[in-house]
Amino acid sequence: MADIILEVKNLKKYFKSPKGNVHAVDNVNFSIERGKTLGIVGESGCGKSSTGRTILRLIEPTSGQIFFEGKDITKLSSREMTKLRRDMQIIFQDPFSSLDPRMTVSELIAEPLNYHKILEGSGRELEQKKEKYILDLMDTVGLAHRLYNAYPHELDGGRRQRIGIARALALNPKLIVCDEPVSALDVSIQAQILNLLKDLQRERGLTYIFITHNLSVVNHFADEIAVMYLGSVVEKAPVDELFRNPLHPYTKALLSAIPVPEIREKKDEPLIQGEVVSPINLPEECRFRKRCGCSCEACAAGIPQLREVTPGHFVACCNL
Amino acid sequence: MSIFKKLTRGNSEESLEKKRQKMDAAVEVENLVVQYVTSSETVEAVNGISFSLAKKHTLGLVGETGAGKTTAMLALMNMVPDPPGVVKSGTVKVNGLDMRQLTPAELQNVRGSEIAMIFQDPMTSLNPVMSVGEQIAESIILHRHLSEKEALEEAKKMLAMVGIDPNRVGEYPHQFSGGMRQRVGIAIALACNPTVLIADEPTSALDVTIQAQILRMMKDLKEKNDTSLIMITHDLGVVAELCDEVAVMYAGRIVEYGTLEEVFNQTKHPYTEGLFNSLPNINSRQQKLQPIPGLMPDPANLPKGCAFADRCAYATDACRSGDVHIQHFSDTHYAACSAYLDPAFHIQRGY
Repeated sequence: MADIILEVKNLKKYFKSPKGNVHAVDNVNFSIERGKTLGIVGESGCGKSSTGRTILRLIEPTSGQIFFEGKDITKLSSREMTKLRRDMQIIFQDPFSSLDPRMTVSELIAEPLNYHKILEGSGRELEQKKEKYILDLMDTVGLAHRLYNAYPHELDGGRRQRIGIARALALNPKLIVCDEPVSALDVSIQAQILNLLKDLQRERGLTYIFITHNLSVVNHFADEIAVMYLGSVVEKAPVDELFRNPLHPYTKALLSAIPVPEIREKKDEPLIQGEVVSPINLPEECRFRKRCGCSCEACAAGIPQLREVTPGHFVACCNL
Repeated sequence: MSIFKKLTRGNSEESLEKKRQKMDAAVEVENLVVQYVTSSETVEAVNGISFSLAKKHTLGLVGETGAGKTTAMLALMNMVPDPPGVVKSGTVKVNGLDMRQLTPAELQNVRGSEIAMIFQDPMTSLNPVMSVGEQIAESIILHRHLSEKEALEEAKKMLAMVGIDPNRVGEYPHQFSGGMRQRVGIAIALACNPTVLIADEPTSALDVTIQAQILRMMKDLKEKNDTSLIMITHDLGVVAELCDEVAVMYAGRIVEYGTLEEVFNQTKHPYTEGLFNSLPNINSRQQKLQPIPGLMPDPANLPKGCAFADRCAYATDACRSGDVHIQHFSDTHYAACSAYLDPAFHIQRGY
């Protein structure tokens, strides 16, 4: 039996708006094995970030269950949840706005240590312990010691994202939700950060939920991929399988839309038309129906459920 | 519609024609130097770039944040914010006009009608209190001397051309999605049928599916209108889709220039090589990415010699002093790399 660290069952998050409920996360199910990476991909507004945040209960789920190491965390009190957050951390997308501009690098990294009272002792002894802990962390994520008292505005995007990673690692978590950790960075810096995350995973046995819109990054990084569209997972498969044999029309469209840095025959296959429709008060039909070439009765009849087509490969499409 | 009353029409077309010289290429830039000068430091943003863009061709300008791509293009339209920006030297010619010698009234006539720009962020580049129709009509009234009514009809046609329902002409930017706003930005840029179009990362803020739609549309419109295009991007995938020539910029210089085929398949500069190697390849899952170590040097404090030497695996002492050697490989292909002084030198690209 696989060692499942996190299991999400029928997770829903609806936001209220004057026009009706926004279906940000709509009946999402998945589970992750310890030490693996689940990639969640989709366009902006598909609910991938909301999913990540709901899992940490940074926003409260509307309904559904989240099992972390076998325990349903949706029932926990906020004090119990605080304790649990030592094991579950998040790296945010934008290193320019997610760090407090008035705190130094060392204060930023020390913040989770202070809040969770990880280090014991008092007075001078505690300060020394803390300094050593912070410097060790800075070594781990590749920040030079001279930046100990620097402020975020003095640093470039790559270094700031390293601070974000150090903050997430400070509590020795088991699971890290990476919410577009490299989308704000240049390619050469992006590769540095991806390699760092990968090394940390190997050394510490971390489990990642890797949220991104960049399919080439997730292909490199993840073990399994869930493709989301309008709040629902439409396809889920091991990474090689998904890229070799995409089955859902949306996944196919996503894959064919990636610009590949190679000179090749200019493809002229039809592109996916239109844009993501509003997630407010969705009708009970296939979410992708309006942009899909198919328009059979089954698509209009109800929301297709995920079905296992081949072992490990799930698709929610009525035409398979 | 009093919104258009502010528009002043320059009567400088005659003087403009007098200043126009004969030129084969659409754009010629020679030895352009742009700096941002403040009391405490001088940021060397563009350090002597030269290139020419043939009519109807597409040039991809590639490089990291801070490489000077956008500053170079602003200089092309004589639009570098001054102060602190200073165009130190160089000539910039667009359609035979030396942009640096034009008066403000003449510039107003050229901008929008002969050379136009699509900006990076469609969320902030549109005016939130003008309807999209008015924003498109603005340049039509200014350059094509149509009445307001005619201009708005024209704006509807532009909207239809970029794939937006013409009935939305009276709606405001916040009523559109990101992809739609970028289409509006493109409609504004194309409204007066400019011969040269600069697109500053037009799709970086968009999703891949929308990006593919926009890129295809730009390609079709470019072919239809015989436009020459300069595409600023950091995405080599976008370059491969769209460009004929590629200029790779690093620390304010063009380090490699060539046709798409030359730069992609016969990469010569170590920095270009590094860019390719740090990309995750969708076709082969390599185990480890090979990032370029370190960071781009601070443009306020550029090192002597080659600015890339500190990050370069092939760098020798010769690279860190003196001028950088320009090695030509063909009529169209060159790299600024001193390592090629050694005839046996070649680079190894990962994939």
